[in-house]
Amino acid sequence: MISPVIQAEGLSKRYGRREALSDCTLSIPPKHVVGLVGPNGAGKTTLLHVAVGLLPPTKGRIEVLGGRPASDPAQLARVGFVAQDAPTYAGLSIADHLRFGAHTNPRWDQRMAEERITKLGLDPSQKAGRLSGGQRAQLALTMAIAKRPELLILDEPVASLDPLARREFLQGLMGFIADQDASVILSSHLVSDLERVCDYLIVLVASRVRVAGEVDDLLASHFRLTGPRRDPADLPPGTEVIEDSHTDRQSTFIVRRAAPIDDPALSVEQLTLEDLVLAYMSRAPRNPHPALETTP
Amino acid sequence: MIEFHLDGRSGVAPYMQLIQQVRQAMRLGLLTEGDQLPTVKDVVAKVAINPNTVLKAYRELEYEGLVTARPGVGTFVTQTLTDESLAAHGPLRDELRAWLARARAAGLNAESIEALFATTFRTLVEELR
Repeated sequence: MISPVIQAEGLSKRYGRREALSDCTLSIPPKHVVGLVGPNGAGKTTLLHVAVGLLPPTKGRIEVLGGRPASDPAQLARVGFVAQDAPTYAGLSIADHLRFGAHTNPRWDQRMAEERITKLGLDPSQKAGRLSGGQRAQLALTMAIAKRPELLILDEPVASLDPLARREFLQGLMGFIADQDASVILSSHLVSDLERVCDYLIVLVASRVRVAGEVDDLLASHFRLTGPRRDPADLPPGTEVIEDSHTDRQSTFIVRRAAPIDDPALSVEQLTLEDLVLAYMSRAPRNPHPALETTP
Repeated sequence: MIEFHLDGRSGVAPYMQLIQQVRQAMRLGLLTEGDQLPTVKDVVAKVAINPNTVLKAYRELEYEGLVTARPGVGTFVTQTLTDESLAAHGPLRDELRAWLARARAAGLNAESIEALFATTFRTLVEELR
């Protein structure tokens, strides 16, 4: 059996008294493009840093591709990482970057790296400090890809890019996956950035995993119900209410359930991925089923 | 060869949009038997979507018997959908235009015309089932 890309159990990371990651349990299947979504400060970067071995967890267990993060050179070679804002060495040229990559990575593919730089229309003698944000992101992506990792982890790769650079970056990333059959995890605070590319989604809010699963399964199991005002407790059994709002006459629910609801009083709609994520993000931790006050 | 595009706001799943675009191209005669579909790599590099989405669309089309995958070569169209029905498009379009003009003249706006068409079409589909 192929081991999961990331297997985490009860994973927590604490900074002093602040818990940046709480009791995180995940099993991410391989060969997926995983979107890690959540508001700023939710713990996305912490989770990714723990996964690449930059941070030790305070509690719990994590395995990446079946091994302990950054435990030995072989494990380091299997995981590629592009940190937030695609850091590069401003004083070094593109060619220097590639030489450095070749020197430090056992599986480095120099030919592919050079081809990519040519295709991007970049001059290898150019200093990284003089590149545009989009070009710098592409250089960082080239470095991570030429390493030929089995798992590529990118922290907010497109957040600071303009729409065109964003599209070009994702085109390059998807081309890499089509070529190499690798797994990818990328984070963003905007699901719209990831909607086209992800087939697995993790929503992280306030240090906790709120929902995780295959995008197709998530879309098939979440619905928006609208109908005459009613108490959430009166919905058919097997319905988990993610979000509800009420006017004096009408109730709107976003629910999770295995099958669509067959109730003539309710209109049932499919959700977009963005609606689904927003529902989980806005759900405050509270009573699962607050009773509705009855209207006369 | 055709090119794919994605409508992010349509609410139709991306793989389904790809399927619809292939079927549409076949119906319009843009793709006929023996034509090759863009490779997965070409599609993802152009549209910036997940390769699995393209594979899923191509698998579905293969399951429908519209295309066949030749490993290492590509995916090819195995049918020509533009049979006698294409010839009927012209006259049908003319009749539809005449009907639309009558609907306009009767005071229906674009939205009511769409709604009337959609409900009538749905009822008909249900009756035929």
